[in-house]
Amino acid sequence: MEHISYILQQVVNGIQLGAVYALIALGYTMVYGVLRLINFAHGDVFMLGAFVAYFLISKFGLPVYLVFILTMISCAMVGFIIEKVAYKPLRDAPKISLLITAVGVSLFLEYFLSLKALFTPNYIPFPRPFEIQTYDLSFFVITNVQLLIFIITFISLFILYLLIYRTRYGIAMRAVSHDKETASLMGVGIDGIISFTFIVGASLAGVGGILYGIAYPQINVFMGIMPGIKSFIAAVLGGIGIIHGAVVGGLIIGLCEVFVSAFLSSTFRDGVIFIILFAVLLFRPMGIFGKRIEKV
Amino acid sequence: MRFFTESKWFFFITIIIYVILKALFFSGMASSYIQQIIQYAVIIALASIGLNIIYGFTGQFSLGHAAFYGIGAYTSAYLTKILGIDNLFSYIPVLMACSVISGIIGFLIGIPILKLKDDFLAIATLGFGTLVRVFFDNSDKLSDVLGGSRGFVGIPKITNLELILFFTLFIVVITRHMINSRFGLFWRCIKDDELAASSIGINTTNMKLKAFTYGCMLAGFGGAFYANLYTFLHPSNFDILKSIDFLIIVIIGGMGNITGTILASFIWVGFIEGLRIILPSEILDIRWVVIPILLIFIMMWRPYGIMIKKTK
Repeated sequence: MEHISYILQQVVNGIQLGAVYALIALGYTMVYGVLRLINFAHGDVFMLGAFVAYFLISKFGLPVYLVFILTMISCAMVGFIIEKVAYKPLRDAPKISLLITAVGVSLFLEYFLSLKALFTPNYIPFPRPFEIQTYDLSFFVITNVQLLIFIITFISLFILYLLIYRTRYGIAMRAVSHDKETASLMGVGIDGIISFTFIVGASLAGVGGILYGIAYPQINVFMGIMPGIKSFIAAVLGGIGIIHGAVVGGLIIGLCEVFVSAFLSSTFRDGVIFIILFAVLLFRPMGIFGKRIEKV
Repeated sequence: MRFFTESKWFFFITIIIYVILKALFFSGMASSYIQQIIQYAVIIALASIGLNIIYGFTGQFSLGHAAFYGIGAYTSAYLTKILGIDNLFSYIPVLMACSVISGIIGFLIGIPILKLKDDFLAIATLGFGTLVRVFFDNSDKLSDVLGGSRGFVGIPKITNLELILFFTLFIVVITRHMINSRFGLFWRCIKDDELAASSIGINTTNMKLKAFTYGCMLAGFGGAFYANLYTFLHPSNFDILKSIDFLIIVIIGGMGNITGTILASFIWVGFIEGLRIILPSEILDIRWVVIPILLIFIMMWRPYGIMIKKTK
């Protein structure tokens, strides 16, 4: 009985982490869909989200819902600017140039914020916006932080679903990710849709950043690297370019990480995630939900 | 013999450089710190040539080059410390072993991941680099000598300018011959168009694997020299930033340009270390703010590298 409740507890913790990964993975998968680019800077937008939230809570003491809205807006702006400044001039450049630029943007954001005049590279304690309460559900315990993460993630996913499958922008976005040239012939403004994708992805990453900051209350300018890479792996696992794939992939990666930490050793957790990546790339490169593409 | 006579200019230039450097070292104009940096620049050049083979010639984008460099460094550090090697003659076999081990690991990891292309290859090599970094961080659990996250201390200092310079010369000569041979032709062919290359009968998988293994072997040599030059290793020396260092050197030097890579290594190491001397330590961090901007501008301006003819 104890074992079962321990496992259930780990499942809850895993979903908590996986929900954050899913929010970041959505940005990767959408940007990959429209631009065929791994946006390495996406993990840093996530970090930025946590820092903006830290700033808003500790300096202005804003209520939680305002923190969410303002962080989403500022992350969306950053995502928009990154796309316009760094990626747009390279639209026709070789793929690798775009990738190196993405790495450059990522390094710039990290090291710019780690300057001593700004945040320094040290860990900063993230202020708690509310008291933590624990609810004992006899099989496992759940905290209000976890409930918040589940609810916010669910709401975000629901809004995203409506946005992508029920609005004109969503239809245009799916058309662009399906076939850029044809979509543009059908009157879709490619640049606008790419900006829109970056804005949506970045604001989701911002939400992920706040939730991560609340759940694991230590933030650092380099905190985006590993969650960023893991979320990308989640997007690949679910099938890159597929929205629900990113969510499922994120949850699987989160559960794997928590289970490896709980039952093996926390030093192996990164290793196991990368072994999953290698396995996926080798045996099912299109991911869980992807369709096999016929080779030319 | 043709092998060496064709490269006589390289010998000539290297000997001149050697005489100048030696004169500088003896006259006391170069402090031991400067001497170390010059040797370091040569080491970086050696490892960067490896990346240029992988990325510049064959077009396989790798973000994990520092991992192979680190494998070479840790192997050399471990072997020289365990075996108590302190002279050059018994060091040569260790050097070979480091390169072979880096090469074998590169070969084994290359078999699966070289099936991938462009950005997926980048993320897979990045993943491998992170795995190696995690391994180094926890290496003290395997053997206490390796030091784990505390760093590997007490490595014997064996390398000197002669060894590094002439060994690099030797490698450069071999590499030049390789790229002028069928191998080099095939590699460039794969870079330009992999599908076309395979359609004219080039075994692209095999050739990519050979390029990758060779590049990793050069990184292994570089790492081994590095370990026995600085006598201290830390896992953070072999993370993604180091891989990006190599990448920047290859880009500055121009893709598929060996001489450019060597020059770029000196420029780059000189730039980084020069800023360390010029800038006060409070604003030294600004280096890594400027470098990414530089990288982005180079990508917009010359996506195939600086020291290379503009191609379309």
